[in-house]
This record gives sequence, C-alpha cells and structure tokens, in this order.
Amino acid sequence: MPSDELTHRVITAIAKVLGVPAEDIQPDSTFEELGVDSLDGINIAFALEETFDVEIPDEAVHGFADVRQVTDELRKLVADPGEA
Amino acid sequence: MTARRVAVTGLGVVSALGLGRVTFASALRQGLNGIRPLDGWRDTDLRLGWGAMLPNWSAEAHFDNRETNLYDRFSQFALLAAREALADAAIDWTDDLRARAGVVTGSCLGGQSTEDAGFQRLYRDGAKRIHPLSIPRIMANAAASAISLENGLTGPSYTLSTACSSANHAIGHATWMLRQGILDVALAGGSEAPFSYGNLKAWEAMRVVAAEACRPFSRDRDGMSLGEGGAVLVLEPLEVARARGARIYGEIAGFGMSSDAHHITQPSARGAARAMQAALVDGAIEAEEIGYINAHGTGTSANDSTECAAIRTTFGSHADRIAVSSTKSMHGHALGAAGALEAAATLLALSEGFLPPTIHYREPDPECDLDVVPNEAREQDVEAALSNSFAFGGFNAVLAFRKVA
Repeated sequence: MPSDELTHRVITAIAKVLGVPAEDIQPDSTFEELGVDSLDGINIAFALEETFDVEIPDEAVHGFADVRQVTDELRKLVADPGEA
Repeated sequence: MTARRVAVTGLGVVSALGLGRVTFASALRQGLNGIRPLDGWRDTDLRLGWGAMLPNWSAEAHFDNRETNLYDRFSQFALLAAREALADAAIDWTDDLRARAGVVTGSCLGGQSTEDAGFQRLYRDGAKRIHPLSIPRIMANAAASAISLENGLTGPSYTLSTACSSANHAIGHATWMLRQGILDVALAGGSEAPFSYGNLKAWEAMRVVAAEACRPFSRDRDGMSLGEGGAVLVLEPLEVARARGARIYGEIAGFGMSSDAHHITQPSARGAARAMQAALVDGAIEAEEIGYINAHGTGTSANDSTECAAIRTTFGSHADRIAVSSTKSMHGHALGAAGALEAAATLLALSEGFLPPTIHYREPDPECDLDVVPNEAREQDVEAALSNSFAFGGFNAVLAFRKVA
C-alpha cells in the first residue's frame, strides 16, 4: 500500500475515534496536541487493528505519542503481519 | 442526637413506559402496559417472546459518541435518570457539598449486553478482538461511576448486586449513610439492561417467564416479564430540603433486610415478613399506618402467594385494609433496577395521591386474597407505604416511605 494511502487511512481512523474532522490531524500531529488520553489510545488501537487486520503489540500502543509513530508501526505490520 | 430524616427531592426514571418521571407517573395512573412482543430475536430459536423493553431507545439522542462508546446500555439508563433527578432536585452545589455527595446503585447483570455482543463476535463470528472498553462497560459499578464522574461527586459511592433486591439494598444503604451523616446528598437507585440473546436464553431455561405479559396475583398467572430501565432518587436530610424550599416527594423512613437461608430460588414467606417487619421497626412505623405496598409481585406462582402470606403474617387483620399492587405488571421486572423503579412509583403515588394498579389481572386467587388494585388506578391518599424486593438467593430488602406534609 502506498505510504500516503496508509497515512490517510490512519488519520481517518483516528479522526473517527476522536470525533474530529480528518483535516484537523496532520501526519506529524502529536497525541498531546490532539488531546488523546489513555482510553482514546486503546480505542484508536482497536480501530486500527480492525482497519488493517493486524495485531498491534501492547508496547507499541503504550509508546505512541504522535501520528507518525503510528503510521511507522503500521507500515511495518502491514508489510509483515506475521511479525506481531 | 436525633437521627436525621431522609427526604427524596429529585426523581429520574427510564422505563419501558417511556422517559421521565412525568411520563412514568402518568402511565402508572392510566394503567398503561409496557410489556410487548420482543422484535429483536425473531430470526433466532428464542422461545421467550415478550418483555418490557424501551420502545425506540436511541442512545445517540442523549449521549455523544464518546459516551456511547464508554457506557453500556445499563449505564446510559442510570446516567439519563440521574440527569433528570438532579435537574429536578436543583441543588445549589458547592465543592464541599460535592465532597459530601455519593452515588449508590444496584445492578444484577452490569453491562451484560456488552459481554454478550463481544462473546458473539469471538465465539460465533471468529473475530480476533472485542470492544476495547469492554471491561469498564461491563463492570457492575459502571453506572454509579458514570454519575459520579459526570457530576464531580467525590463522597462514598458504590454498587450493590443482590439480584432482584439490588436497588432496594442500594437505596436503603444510601438512606442509612445520609441518616448517619456520612453523606449530605445521595443519588441512589439502580439500572438494568437484561435484553441480549444470551441472557434471554438463560431466562428461558429457568422457565419462570410468562408466555405473554405477566399477570401478578391473578389465578392464571404464568410467570414474570423481564423489564429494563433505571431510576435515580436524590436524597437529602429532610431539614435541609425544607430549609431550601425543595419539592419533597416523601421520606424514606425505614429500611429492612433479611436472608431466607432457605433455597436459591424459592421464596420464603418468613424471610419476606422479617424484612417488612425490620423496615417498620427501622422507621418506627406502626403496621396500621401502612396504606399501600408496592409488592415484589413478579407474577410467578410461588412469589405472589408467598408474598401475600408474608403480608398477612406482618400485618394481621390490617392486611385487608392495605392496597397491594405490582407495578411490574406495567414496567416489567427490571431485576437490579426493580426496586428503583418501584421506589419512584411509590413516591409518585404518595405525593400525587393515587394508587397504581396491577394490570393484566383476570381472576382472583384465594392464595392472593388481598386488595391488589386490579387493572385500574385509584385516587387515594395514603400516609405511609412499603416497597418490597425479594431476590433469588434469598436476600430480601424492603423500603418504608412516609408522606411529608
């Protein structure tokens, strides 16, 4: 999947969880800027696992602090879903 | 020091009869029926076909996305009822008062519909994951927590689970905490959302559910009707409520409990009578003062005759002068919320001067030979009333109410 399409799908999923327009989220937005709390974090992880049909490891989810870290992790998982 | 008296200054109700206390009171007065054919499971093998589900419930009409994601249906009912009750009580909140305010709720099943939906996904659909907030949605205290969180109430709060007595235990404990000065405001009640395929199959297997609508105390009764909903009462010290000119629905004057230690599901007249007697003693109420009893009145063969025998044991010849009705015939048996809906019904009856009926009643039963207010409400003032809850497991909880002049 092209990188910009993956980013677009990640941002769309995060926007849906947070209930904000996708335009408000940039590829380098931080979770702090977006006001993401711990519950939002697990909701986002769930949405992304459903969207991409992957398993995101707990330590990756706990470490997410910005959108780019999420897209990087998903790029890795989508390339090799067996890795998780 | 004289113990504080406890007044009810706010009511919120969600039931199959509709949303809000005004709708609820009007339905009780008109003897409306909330027990209907269940539509949601027509394409399954479920035989249980009737229940008191909320018609046209839309969570989105009352809660934003974050709230619908976080709260199971049973918590939504409690939260909606609490919002109504708090608006009704119109308390002038301070930070100090919020620190002296707590929430005590009852629930039998907690967020079982979240659990059922998640397990269907896992076991039936082969999904790899279930709702990420399943745990906080399912926990039985989720409803109380939602109310505490939304209103910043930081006093003692907790949830009691004693099957069909849960809400009466919750309201009774909240009353005692207020009496003892542990709380200055209590939000007390209960909520339940028992309608899911898995839970309905469990009730079906118990073989205690009526073929259609339940008909308490009627000779041809054939079981209970499951119901859902929630109700929340705002409790304050009577003198505080009077001083601020609050509308007072009535006083929770007494609370009595007992355990049957008899059978896991069969009721015991002795246990039920002991709980009623304990409520009278706790409230320093003479038996002759009681004019109305909101019965447990499930519509099962065993409960209704046993409850009538217990009322005769407790009240002797005065039993013939007490109106005894089962509002479950209208709003269904909402399990852990039953006592909350019935406390609301009793308080509305006391404050508005009517007796709610037992509807669907057809035929007198010699084993239930009390005045069960058949089919039509009655305009009648009473000074004091009881509301009975008797649970599977043999735990009985009875609340005593007094009209406040």
